[in-house]
Amino acid sequence: METTAFQKIYTKIEQVTKATIALHASGVGNEEMAVVNDRLAQVVKIEKDLITLQVFSGTEGIPTNAEVVFLGHAPQLSVSDELGGRFFNAYGQPIDGGPEVDGKKVEIGGPSVNPVRREQPSELITTGIAGIDLNNTLVTGQKIPFFADPDQPYNQVMAMVALRAKADKIILGGMGITNDDYLFFKNVFENAGAIERIISFVNTTENPPVERLLVPDMALTAAEYFAAEKNQNVLVLLTDMTLFADALSIVSNRMDQIPSKDSMPGSLYSDLARLYEKAVQFPSGGSITIIAVTTLSGGDITHSIPDNTGYITEGQLFLRKDTDIGKVIVDPFRSLSRLKQLVIGKKTREDHPQVMNTAIRLFADAANAKTKIENGFDLTDYDKRTMSFAKEYSEKLLAIDINIEIGKMIDTGWKLFNKYFSVAEIGIKSEFVEKYGRSIENKKN
Amino acid sequence: MSTKGKITGIISNLVMVEFDGPVSQNEICFIIHSEVRLMAEVIRIGGKTAYVQVFETTRGLKTGTIVEFTGHMLEATLGPGILSKNFDGLMHDLDKMTGIFLQKGDYTPALEDDKLWKFKPLAKPGDEVLAGSWLGEVSENWIPHKIMVPFIFKGTLTVTDVVSEGEYQINDTIAILTDTEKQEHKVTMVQKWPVKIPIKAYKEKPRPFDFMETGIRVIDSLNPIVEGGTGFIPGPFGTGKTVLQHALSKQAEADMIVVAACGERANEVVEIFTEFPELDDPRSGRKLMERTTIVANTSNMPVAAREASVYTAMTISEYYRSMGLKVLLLADSTSRWAQALREMSNRMEELPGPDAFPMDLPAIISNFYARAGFVYLNNGKTGSVTFIGTVSPAGGNLKEPVTESTKKAARCFYALSQTRADSKRYPAIDAVDSYSKYLEYPEFLEFMKKNISPKWVDNIILAKNILIRGRETYEQINILGDDGVPINYHVIFWKSEVIDFVILQQDAFDKVDASTPIKRQRYMMDKVLEVYHTDFHFDSFEDVNPYFKKIINVFKQMNYSEFESDDFKKYENELQEIIQERKKEKAEIN
Ligand SMILES: Nc1ncnc2c1ncn2[C@@H]1O[C@H](COP(=O)(O)OP(=O)(O)O)[C@@H](O)[C@H]1O
Ligand SMILES: [Mg+2]
Repeated sequence: METTAFQKIYTKIEQVTKATIALHASGVGNEEMAVVNDRLAQVVKIEKDLITLQVFSGTEGIPTNAEVVFLGHAPQLSVSDELGGRFFNAYGQPIDGGPEVDGKKVEIGGPSVNPVRREQPSELITTGIAGIDLNNTLVTGQKIPFFADPDQPYNQVMAMVALRAKADKIILGGMGITNDDYLFFKNVFENAGAIERIISFVNTTENPPVERLLVPDMALTAAEYFAAEKNQNVLVLLTDMTLFADALSIVSNRMDQIPSKDSMPGSLYSDLARLYEKAVQFPSGGSITIIAVTTLSGGDITHSIPDNTGYITEGQLFLRKDTDIGKVIVDPFRSLSRLKQLVIGKKTREDHPQVMNTAIRLFADAANAKTKIENGFDLTDYDKRTMSFAKEYSEKLLAIDINIEIGKMIDTGWKLFNKYFSVAEIGIKSEFVEKYGRSIENKKN
Repeated sequence: MSTKGKITGIISNLVMVEFDGPVSQNEICFIIHSEVRLMAEVIRIGGKTAYVQVFETTRGLKTGTIVEFTGHMLEATLGPGILSKNFDGLMHDLDKMTGIFLQKGDYTPALEDDKLWKFKPLAKPGDEVLAGSWLGEVSENWIPHKIMVPFIFKGTLTVTDVVSEGEYQINDTIAILTDTEKQEHKVTMVQKWPVKIPIKAYKEKPRPFDFMETGIRVIDSLNPIVEGGTGFIPGPFGTGKTVLQHALSKQAEADMIVVAACGERANEVVEIFTEFPELDDPRSGRKLMERTTIVANTSNMPVAAREASVYTAMTISEYYRSMGLKVLLLADSTSRWAQALREMSNRMEELPGPDAFPMDLPAIISNFYARAGFVYLNNGKTGSVTFIGTVSPAGGNLKEPVTESTKKAARCFYALSQTRADSKRYPAIDAVDSYSKYLEYPEFLEFMKKNISPKWVDNIILAKNILIRGRETYEQINILGDDGVPINYHVIFWKSEVIDFVILQQDAFDKVDASTPIKRQRYMMDKVLEVYHTDFHFDSFEDVNPYFKKIINVFKQMNYSEFESDDFKKYENELQEIIQERKKEKAEIN
């Protein structure tokens, strides 16, 4: 490793726990990197001259006379155009057999953008998926996770979204993903002929879990380089943030910190916010958009991880299987894009917001009708119409295999209203009914 | 001689410092880290060691580093120039900082030393004054910014001299005061005040009684808040806390708005930076930014400064209140501040209370809310700080320490409901679960009867009852089935839906619907209650739903139209026609 002749080598370790070692040393900075035998470690606590190091790959087999060398800097990444098309591990070391990247060394987890220097996001990202573009429109500079149970095809959907979004760079941060998932991403990106635009930092299930903690910062540091210095639009994909948070809790438990809810550290909100807030629209045109995956257990979004995530991100995309049509849909109830207001009806047709809301409201009515059936009651005519509407709405708009343009999505909405409902039942501003949904009046009432 | 110290330990942003002289709790110190000075606050002292929380990242800090203590607590700089600024949590001017990224130790001054202000004296030699007395004024944007006797002075002082009308800088002496010991004091236009200590330069703090219009129907027409009152908005993520706060900051009837963006998204503050300079204040016709000051400590800014940010914002609010202004302070989200306290308390290994929050959390919250209020100043004028904070309960569960402690401290409770948000019934305030304790104040009720409508209080009670009955009836229908209940059940339910759709629901993103002046609210409430009081004729329950949908649709069109415009009147006529369709004649009823 990067040891040089004049660096002091320590060989007397005082304490060893599962995740940390402690030794006497002087002149060491907080968060500084060190090498313990061949393993990378980082300073997490300094008490007088007793330095506690977190060893990323664990302390199994570390002897009390292991060689410890401090590197004099926090974790770093070499950034330059050469990053394009490359695959790295959590430490930013190549894993694709290629050479080390030649570039400027920057510390990861750097400073935040001054809020008054941010630009308000306003560029729409189109994905062709109506569950996203119509109901939960995404904007560059946004941060949003998929909330999905482990059996949902979230990585596939994310890869599809990434390729359809017109980003200059796509940066994948893989945390605890399986080797198969890693190969899947590699394949999809190669087949799309997009490999030069893609940079990956990957920690698979075969790597030590604590190493994952470095992955998002690596990915975001690379993103900041391209967005802030090269004015590029960068899309960062982080999967799976639940496994990242699990690693946080492993570390805090091993360091005897008082856990808060769900045995997560009390700082979970700040830890996650620090990462997600790297999403930004720069005034110079560059941007960082973060699409993440937060896997749920049994759909429970009150668990600390999704709960804190929801408080931080600008919405969430909920994947679930719709049993009516047997396909995966973007659930219109629990999904939300908080930045959609910035573009819908402005960059898209003016009737977009109302058509979207009305369709969702009618979909909710259908859900109520279903409850009636479950409770053994008869359905009214209106109930029956909402149920037929809901099925068609799922099929033609919510299913994730849809790939159409936004104008067409809005028209499809009107067509369905037209088919099943009267003007009073849809309750849209009459100006829009006149202008875009005229034919609806001829149908009912 | 100021006290100095040396770093002996570092755990995240908690730093242990061995010191050599006197040090006090909450004293500010600076860590001399190579070229930059990092600000920190003493949060515990034990023996020769001070535990300080650093308002910056501690990356790269080493033991042995020199620390200089300042001898004072965290202070706000108070003087002309605060209005329309964007500050960080420690009151550094964000716009003055260089570069795109926040650099540690880049502490910019809050005010401008070289700016000239047109000063007009209000006091004259010989006048007896107290802390907070107005010595003169300068015009800041449009606010007559009072230059006051510094709050730190005790007892009565005599004005020895006041400068004549003219242009002065904030550090120029504008008055000389003599205390009872015959000691002279020079007064400038700027003063410092420790943010954690309330400014009490007023005569009296009575119970508030004056209605504060917000333009939000579910608040004004059902759970009104008063000038100088307190309220809080708990709700799971995505239920509309921030949209509601932004609506309040745009529309509420106040002279000045202080927004504390505490530990939430940076883009939400950017929205204010971007939109407020363009948006008009409907009451004054000026731009919204002209009455707004922002204190931003977003979630990616230093966690330790989160607590400071709400205190800084409160101190700024109290300062303007002392000038006789109506100030509205909004904090989004107070839970992030509580979490910051928790992180620190855990690092110091204090005995944890419920959910690992510090034991004294309830006291901290109630002391903070107690700083709001309506006051009579010493000169008989009035001023107020109204405070509305949001709470972000973990897992959306209201039985958690921050929500419970806040419930004890705040007088208005605006509960956001996940179910309402899921069905896009915005604002998602549950009108039935929410309350305004001010409706129990006879002086407030009197005020409203006189100033809004004699029926106003009865209408609130009636509307809430209709909503409760509607909810109960809905449950019955669900249990017994649509045709298992009398038709009238459907009518009762749908009448409550009319109130829900027309009064409670309000589109924050529609130009017209976003804000409803109280006159219009009164009108709409009367209309909706007219529908309620009408007896309708139905043959089958299947007719009830489509009929009321028609009514609601026309009402909604009214909400989207300018009040009393041609469109508005057209829809109103349409409404009357629809009502006539099924209205029972008197004879029929009997
Ligand atoms: N009054 C409203 N009118 C229309 N949409 C609303 C309203 N309130 C909230 N919303 C919707 O809900 C989303 C989340 O609201 P927000 O205030 O950011 O939630 P919270 O702060 O509680 O997490 C908004 O982005 C918007 O889409
Ligand atoms: Mg919010």
